[in-house]
This record gives sequence, C-alpha cells and structure tokens, in this order.
Amino acid sequence: MLLTTIVFLPVLFALLVTLWPREKSLRHLALGLSLIEFIVSLVILRDFSAATPALQFVEKHMWIERFGIQYFLGIDGISLWLVILTTFLTPVVILGSWTSIEKRVRGFHAALFLLQTAMLGTFLALDAVFFYVFWELSLIPMYFMVGIWGGARRIYATVKFFIFTMFGSLLMLVAIIYMMYLTQEGLGQMSASLLDFYQLKIPFVAGTLLSLQTLLFFAFALAFAIKVPIFPLHTWLPDAHVEAPTPGSVILAGVMLKMGTYGFLRWVIPLFPEAAEHWAWLMLLLGVIGIVYGALVAMVQPDVKKLVAYSSVSHMGYIMLGMFVFNSYGVTGGLYQMLNHGISTGALFLLIGMIYERTHSREISKYGGLAGVLPVFTIFFFIITMSSIAVPLTNGFVGEFLILMGTYQAHPWYAVVAVTGVILGAAYMLWMFKRVFFGEKGQLIMEADHPLHDLNAREIAVLVPLVILVFWMGLLPNHFIDYSKASIEHLVNNRTNYSLPLPGQTPAAPTEAQ
Amino acid sequence: MNHSLLMAILLLSPFVGFLINGARYRKNGPNLAGWLATTAIAISFICSILLVADLIGMPAESRRIAVSFFDWIVIDKLKVAAGFVVDPISAIMILVITGVGTLIHMFSIGYMHHDKGVAKYFAYLNLFVFNMLILVLGDSLLTMFVGWEGVGLCSYLLIGFWFTDKDKAAAGMKAFITNRIGDAAFLLGMFILFMTYGTLNFFDLNQLAPTVPEASWLGAATLGTLMLFIGATGKSAQIPLYVWLPDAMAGPTPVSALIHAATMVTAGVYMIVRLNAMFIAAPNTLMIIAVIGAATAVMAASIGMTQWDIKKVLAYSTVSQLGYMFLAAGVGAFGVAMFHLMTHAFFKALMFLGSGSVIHAMHEEQDIRKMGALKKYMPITHITFFFGWLAIIGMPPFAGFFSKDEILWKAMTSPLGHPLLWAAGVLGAVMTAFYMTRLMALTFWGKSRVPKEVHPHESPALMTIPLIVLGLLSIVGGWLGINHAISSILPGHPANVLEHWLGPVLREPSLDGVHHSVTMEWALMGVSVGLAALSAFVAYHFYVRSPETPKKIAESLGPVYRLISKKYLVDELYFGVIINPLIAFSKNLWHHVDVQVIDKTTYLLADLMKGGGSVVRTLQTGNMQQYAMYIGLGLVAVLSFVLMR
Amino acid sequence: MPSTDVINQIGLSHYLVLSAALFTMGFLGVLMRRNVLVMMMCIELMLNAVNLTFIAFSKFSGRIDGQIMVFFVMTIAAAEAAVGLAIIVSIFKRYREVNIRFFEHLKG
Repeated sequence: MLLTTIVFLPVLFALLVTLWPREKSLRHLALGLSLIEFIVSLVILRDFSAATPALQFVEKHMWIERFGIQYFLGIDGISLWLVILTTFLTPVVILGSWTSIEKRVRGFHAALFLLQTAMLGTFLALDAVFFYVFWELSLIPMYFMVGIWGGARRIYATVKFFIFTMFGSLLMLVAIIYMMYLTQEGLGQMSASLLDFYQLKIPFVAGTLLSLQTLLFFAFALAFAIKVPIFPLHTWLPDAHVEAPTPGSVILAGVMLKMGTYGFLRWVIPLFPEAAEHWAWLMLLLGVIGIVYGALVAMVQPDVKKLVAYSSVSHMGYIMLGMFVFNSYGVTGGLYQMLNHGISTGALFLLIGMIYERTHSREISKYGGLAGVLPVFTIFFFIITMSSIAVPLTNGFVGEFLILMGTYQAHPWYAVVAVTGVILGAAYMLWMFKRVFFGEKGQLIMEADHPLHDLNAREIAVLVPLVILVFWMGLLPNHFIDYSKASIEHLVNNRTNYSLPLPGQTPAAPTEAQ
Repeated sequence: MNHSLLMAILLLSPFVGFLINGARYRKNGPNLAGWLATTAIAISFICSILLVADLIGMPAESRRIAVSFFDWIVIDKLKVAAGFVVDPISAIMILVITGVGTLIHMFSIGYMHHDKGVAKYFAYLNLFVFNMLILVLGDSLLTMFVGWEGVGLCSYLLIGFWFTDKDKAAAGMKAFITNRIGDAAFLLGMFILFMTYGTLNFFDLNQLAPTVPEASWLGAATLGTLMLFIGATGKSAQIPLYVWLPDAMAGPTPVSALIHAATMVTAGVYMIVRLNAMFIAAPNTLMIIAVIGAATAVMAASIGMTQWDIKKVLAYSTVSQLGYMFLAAGVGAFGVAMFHLMTHAFFKALMFLGSGSVIHAMHEEQDIRKMGALKKYMPITHITFFFGWLAIIGMPPFAGFFSKDEILWKAMTSPLGHPLLWAAGVLGAVMTAFYMTRLMALTFWGKSRVPKEVHPHESPALMTIPLIVLGLLSIVGGWLGINHAISSILPGHPANVLEHWLGPVLREPSLDGVHHSVTMEWALMGVSVGLAALSAFVAYHFYVRSPETPKKIAESLGPVYRLISKKYLVDELYFGVIINPLIAFSKNLWHHVDVQVIDKTTYLLADLMKGGGSVVRTLQTGNMQQYAMYIGLGLVAVLSFVLMR
Repeated sequence: MPSTDVINQIGLSHYLVLSAALFTMGFLGVLMRRNVLVMMMCIELMLNAVNLTFIAFSKFSGRIDGQIMVFFVMTIAAAEAAVGLAIIVSIFKRYREVNIRFFEHLKG
C-alpha cells in the first residue's frame, strides 16, 4: 500500500487544500502536507533493499480485464531517487513560493499537489496505459500553472508547451496500443503490463526505417525526446521557463524533464534494445549537439532565466549521452545527473525568482555589482553556480565525470566533443555571474526606489537543504549510487534480454557481462 | 602520532580556518582573521614537518605514507578513494606550500590591514591552501583533479577579490575559463589512461607504464600524457594558455605570490613529475613539453623586458621560469624540475612580496617609471629583493643558479635533450638577467621619479619578516642540489641531497653510456653565467647610467618593439579569432536556428492545420436545413454503397 | 368478401411504400420549410413513418420486437417535442420570429 499511498496522497491533499476554510493558514497547511509526503517517501527509502534489481513494494491489480490493463505500481533503483527528488522538491517549492504567488493561492497549491501525483505516478506506474494516464495528467496542472500564474506571454508559452508535448505523447499512445495487440499475438492474452512488454521479441531489421521495432522505438523516443528536451525539439522549454512562475520552473526543470529521460531508461532502451543500439548514434549525436548548442545559445541570452533554460538543454544533453552509451559509468552518471540537474537547476530558478521579486527584472545588462549589495544571496548563487558548472566536490562533477568517462569508453570522439561543454558551461555561467554580481552597481540597483534586502530566514531555509545536498552528493556519491547500482548493472548487462523480476523472483537471465 | 590523524589535521586545518573566517566574514577584524588563518597554515606546516620527518626515517625505496579516509566514487572498475599520500615528491610540495604559505599569510596581515573584506580574503586564502594540499597529496589523478579545479576556483575568487572593478572580475573569469580549457583536456587524459590501464592511481599507473618507450603518436601513454600536459599548460600558464596569468595580477599581491608564483602554477610541473614513469614512456610527449617549455621561457622573458608594471614583469618572469621547469621535465630531468620548482617558489614569492611591499609603500602605484631610488627608503625590502634578483638571474651561490644551471646542463646532455633547447635556455637566462636588472634599477636604484605627494616608507615588521626568511631561503635553498662538478671543488664534497631524496621514486632516462666531461660542464656553466652577468651589466648601464639609451634602442627596433610590448597581440588574436566569432556564431544560432528554423517549422505545421481548418469551415454555414441535407445525402451515399456492393 | 379481400391484399410493400412516402414528405419538409414549428411537425411525420415501418415488419414477420420499438420511438418523440417546443417558444420570445433563416449564429 505504500506506493498507492505515496502516489494518491497528494490528490487527497489537493482536495484538502481546496476545501480548507482559512486562506491565511493555507500555505502552512500545504507545506505541512508536502512534508508528510516527503516523510512517506523516506519510509520507502528506509525499507528499500539496495541489493536486488527486483521491483519492490509491488502492487498489482487487474483494472480493465478485457484489455489486460492493470493497476501496477512498483519501484526499483532507477525510479527510487526520482521519486524522492519529486517529494523533496515539492515542500521546497511551496516554501519558495511563499510570497511570489499572490493570486489564487488555493488553486495553485491544489495544482501543485495534483502535479505531484502525476509525476510520482509516471515514475512508479509499470503498466503502459496506467503510465500514459499519469504522463498526460502531468500536463494539465502545469498548463494551468504557467497559464494562470505565469508572465506576460504566458498563453503563448502554455500553448506551445502543451502542443509540443501532446504531439509526442499521441504517437506514444498509438505505439502502446499497438504493443498491446502484440502481446495478444505473442503471449496469447492482451496485456499492457510493462513486464509483458519486456517479454515481447519485436522483429528488428537493421537498415530500414520501416521495421516494426524501429517504428515503435521512434514513436516512444519522440514522446520522451520532446519532454527531455533534446535538440531540435527544445524550443518550447525556454519559452515555458521564462513565462512560468518560479515554482513552475523549478518543478518543470527539476522533475518534469526527468520524466523524459526516465522514459528512455525504463521504456525505450529495454523495450527496443536492438533499435536503441542501432539508433544510438542518432541519440548520441543529438545529445552532443544539445550540449554544445545549448551552451552556446545560453551564452548570448540577455535574460537570466532563459540562460538557465538553455543551460538545461545542455545538461540534458549530457544525460542523453550517458544513457545511450549503455555502460554502467554512463548510465549511472546519467541517472545521477538527473538528480543533480533537479537540484542545481531547481535552486537556480529559485534564486532567480528571489531576485526577481526584489527587482522585477531578469535582464542581465541591468544588473551589476549585486555582490556588494546582497552578499548572502551571492554566496548561495555562487555555490549553485559551481554545482552547475560541475566543480569537483559538488554534485555536478560526479555526474558529468561519469557520463564523460562512459562516453569515452564507448565512443571516444563523442566524448571529445562533449568535453567542450565543460568549458562552455563555465563560460556562460561565469560570464553571467560576472555581469550580474561583479563590476559597478547596475541600473537596477542604483535606481531601486527602496534598498534591496538580502535573503530572509525563509529564503535561506529554502536554499540550505539544496546546498547541503549539493555537497553531500558531491562528496559521498555512494550514499546515493549504491541504491541504484544493482538496477543499473542489471539493465546494462541484460539490455537485450531485459526483465524486471517481481519480489521473490531471482533475475531470469544470469547477470553476466556480454 | 598516528599518520592518518596527522594527515587529517594537515588537510583540515586550513579548511577549518576557511570555515571560521568564512562564517564570520563580516565580524572578524584584520588581526583576528589574519592570525587565525596564519595559525591554521602553521599547524599544517608543523604536521608536514612531522610527516616528512617520519618519511626520512623510512628506508629510501619504500618512503610512502598513504592514508585513505573514505571511498569517493566506486563504480564498476573505477574505485577512487579520498586517499592521500606523502612520498618524497609530495613531501617537497607540502613543505613549500605550508611553509611559504605561512609566510605569505603573515605578510597579508600587514598588507591587507586596511581592506574591508579582510576576513573573506583570509577565508579564500585558507581554502586555497586546502585545495592545494588535496592537489599534491591526492593519490590518484581524480583526487588531484579535485584540488586542481579547487585551486582554480580559489584563484578565480582571489583574482576577482576586488570585484567592484569590472576588469578585475573579468581577469578572474579569464583565469577560470582558460584553466577550464586545460581541465577539459585533463579529463580526456584521465579517460585515456583509465581505459588503457584500468586505474587512476599514480603509483599503479607508474607501475603499469610501458617500460619500452612508445614510438607511436597514437599510443595510450603518448595521447594520455599529451592531454594531461595540455591540462598543465592551462594551470601552469604555458603556450598557448598562458594568457590568464599576467591578467591574474589584478588580485592582491600576496595572492600573486602564493598562487601565481609559488604554488598553484607549479601544479602542472608537479603532475608531470608525479606521473614520471608514464611520461618517460612517451618520448613524443616529452619532446613537445620540452619545446613548449623552452619557447615559453624565451617568449615570456622577451615580453618581460618591455613591461612597465612591476607585477606584470614578475608575472611574465613567472611564466618564463615555469617554462624552464617544463623544459627540465621535457628532457626527463624530473628531479631538476622539482628542484627549480622549489627554488623558484622561494625567490619568486620573495620578489612578489617585495613588490607588494613596494606597492604598499607607493600607495598602490605599480608603474616602475614612477619609482626609482627606493633603496634608501626601504632598506629591508631592497636587500631581500636584491637576493631574489641574484637568485633569479642565476648568480652563484644563490638558489636559482644551482637549479637553472642543472636544467641547462640536462637540456644539453640528457638523451632527450638537444643543443637547441640549451641555447633557448641560455637565451632565456640572458633576457631574464636583463629584465630583472631593469626592474631592480628602475625600482630601487638610479634617480627617484617618485611623485612629490607620495612618501615611500619601509613596511611594518609583519611584512618584512617573511621577506627576510624568504631572502635567506633564496640564498641557501639551492644548496640542497649542488651538482657534482661544483661539489668536487667544495670542502667536504656536499652531497646532492635532493637527488638522493627524489632519485628512488623517479624513473628518469638512463644515462648509461653517456659520458660528459667535467670540463664541458664547467664550460657550459661559464657560458650561461657569464652571458647572464653581461646582460645584467648592460641593463644596469642602460637604466642607471644612461637612461636615454633604451628608448633609442626601442625606437630603432620600431615595429618589433611594439609587437613585443603589446605581448605579441596574443590576447587580441584569441579575441579576434576565437572568442568574438564564437559569440557572434552563438547569436546566429539563437536568432536563426532557434527562432527562424525550428520555431518557424513548428509554426508552419500549425499554419497548415489552420489552413486546412479554414477550408473545411466553409461547410459550416449555420443553415440547419443544409446540414439536414448533408445528412440525407450521406444516408443515400451509405445506403447505395451498402446495397450496390 | 371483397372488402376484406382488399384489406388482405395489402402486403408489406404497400406499407413500406406508404411509410417511405411519408418519410420523404417529412424529410423534404424539414429541408424546405422555413418555419421552425412546421419543421418540428415534419420531424414528427418522419418518426411516425418509421413507426409505420416497424409495425408493418412486426406484423408480417410475426414478431413483437418492432411494436416494442415503436413505444420507444413514441416516447422519444414526445420528449423531443417537449424540448423542441420549449426551445422554439424561447426563441420566439427572444427574436419574435420563427423563421429558420434568422438563426444562423453557429456559422463557422
């Protein structure tokens, strides 16, 4: 029941928040509820067994018998940390939006909780239709979040965001339905269970686009690639980020993008191993282009938030690279980078939100000399910047190093190109940092009609957990990686013959390196 | 005491200093913050001495104190621990870092006394020492890389310490990004070595290194070491990545002494010495290192002759001296590279602190054209600077003489050496003697050109004591590595301590079958020292006796002089060829690819949908009877289809 | 008897022709008349034409289903008439007009 609890508790919270009679204590209530959710997720972490790649806490009930659609939840080392990332970021976001969300507070928190359910469901559902429901559900609260609480061009951004992601999802739906028919042919009974999908041997012919596995691969990959987003499907992201309110940006960058990369790891790679291997070059190429392109474009952005959005494109390129080299360095690094990006980019968006509340501008050229005015803010921003450009002993380094190493092992030339991202990353972040924080006091700071106040206790409370994680994950990565090791090894070694054992079962195939 | 405890204190003491001063950066005053930081480094120095003392007690072949605190990254074959090692190579480094570091911290208390951010300054300085210790003590390339990037970070913070000045902040950024270029190559080097040898541990790598030198350019050892060397060119300011170091002089002067002269910039040399067996296995890489080193030594010295900013002269001098160290490493004389690293740390730290003392006395004036005859105002600074000068131009028996002479000797006689490398080294030495004498003459000697409103004064004891200690070290530092030609004529025949100390842990090219006469050694020594002395004399004559001559020479050289004094326009070249085009290109990517191509494509799709819709909408007339008619026609169509089939 | 004979001679096809004729009249009425009220009546006519078909089939195949169906249709027709008339009344109140030409607000 633990997973059902964690997935559906936020729905209950959303109801509670909508029905709560007192507007004043609403935020406190929401914060408390989200903390409860976080604690529940920690219970999962406590009881989670790191030694096995098997699914844990499995809940499996028939839902629509005729089509073999099940209510099927389960967790393993790949989804564990993403679940905890989600439950961790929600209270952070609620506390972070304490003063920035002023209208329709009730609705905002309800949407946030609904979004949490959708995201957790996406990470935990192991039935294709069930998964798809959550996947699509996540769009709706986000749509409202950007559309209601967003900036000036919010409607344009929401529509763009919605149509881009919807477009990919629909192809995935077709592919899911097709695969359900395949289960009927292959296994004698229609099923939407991921485990049954894994058993299918989908015919693959190299060299043609029209082979069945290739088509299904691209149908799934497109949906996830748009979400990630990988070049050239990324243009919705900067717009959505710039228009989204701070909490929306944090959740969008912190968790929702991970839904795409998680999809690759859980669905695409094990379901279509031959196609994934055959088309890995394309994914790697797009990943590498994303790294360099995102970094270059980020460098010339005049808007801080847009800069960070493009830096996400660059960072997500690294994750793609790590996943599609299919070795344990790369995949571990990719998974780790998902968490890192969630934390450091989430923190960057929070910080940008804090300064935006003070100056109502995100124009880099209007800033300058902020370090002298807001020292505490500067320190936090600097630490997160270091994490973002992957300085050793911060979390970013471990992920980036493992990804690059895995890439070098598999495809040295991709690593040679990708490593330029290390340089460009430092260039765009530090250049921005210089223009915003150093030099003489900029226009905004000179003209501010009231003195800018440094971070208050609440804002510090928002950032401190993130900073602690930055260093914790950088210094002791094994505390985190150990939980995922068994699952990743299992995936890497049995990629072509993947199955996820249920609790009690031993892995079907011997886990030998190929 | 227990080794792991000592090691922990050695490492953590500066870190604790950083935390305390960092947390109280607005409250701690200059004295409190300064002494706290200095004590932290002094504690580390004591720990280093204790560790090295234990090391000396061990048998020569197995001198190694290894401590591992916890596992850092463990995945598959990659097992990297927070492991630290003191062996003869790192022993020299930790003594230099903490020893010279303590002196420079002490100097800073006086120098930074009036600065508002003094606690922050000391916090950064402590953090730097912490990272530098990780760099030199780390037992694997990855642990070293932690310190490697960490010192770069602190360097960034300290160069841009006075961040309200845009140019200073920009200099910090330039340093970090230039270093990052090297770091990217360093990463690749690590990958190449790890994929080939399956480990990143220095000792394992040295063990596994091929014993037969690799002839191919594409061998793992060659490519790996080459990449690591590119990393070193970033950190140690060699061609083509040296451009950040002169700009780095924007930081407070003690920072230049500690980071940009004595310790951080030597990290590249240290890394090569650390991996000596691997580098020896890659003669092609070594050749490149030697050539780059020699070229840097000459080029930087030539720029140094034309600069007017006291710190810029010293900065180019540092680049040039680092070139010597790489020259030594490149000819396989790793021990000598370490030797010069050490002596250079003494005399260059001394000269930077001396320049700091001068700048302090001159109220932040750095232009040597506005100085002169400071000898009488600042006797202690002058005399210590004088020792540093003798050391750097290689006058016996000062420190620089022994190390530089050994480098030139090896450049000539090592199996990997070449007479041209020697010639470049001598040319560099001649130019060094010239610009250093010029600096001395313009600053301390000759006629005073000090503006009337400035009243130079000797610095307080807090600043002069470090100068005196370093001055003494600049004299005696070289006596640790007296070569056997000189040793043979000295009473008691002093041993080459450094060679005995480092010899067992270094794999250097074998000298069997190579015999050089002692006469030749004396002759080469005579040539280099003689030419340097001559050059120094010429410079003295030019700048003290007839100050008009250099101007005339500069004019007669015309464009050549201007090119050199503008630093060969390398910065302009980088900006013009790489940076500005890259930014323009990025803007094009954004405006054209993102906005014009990708977004336009999606709009096109949307417009197609819209267009289709507007065609079909004409059917929707709103006339209900028409709709009914469609229904009827549809019915007829369906029925006729069904019936006619 | 000749009179009953005539009745006995009426076969299924007669019914079908009659109902088709009624249906066509109703349908043409819906298509061509402008008065909404008349259109409603025409729709009733169409429904009843269908009812006639049902009953005819029911009788001639000897099964009861068709007659049951007719009850359904009548119920639906009643409901439809009620709703339709209500709409017409409210339209008339609003526009003082029952000509269908005036109600083309849902033009695309």
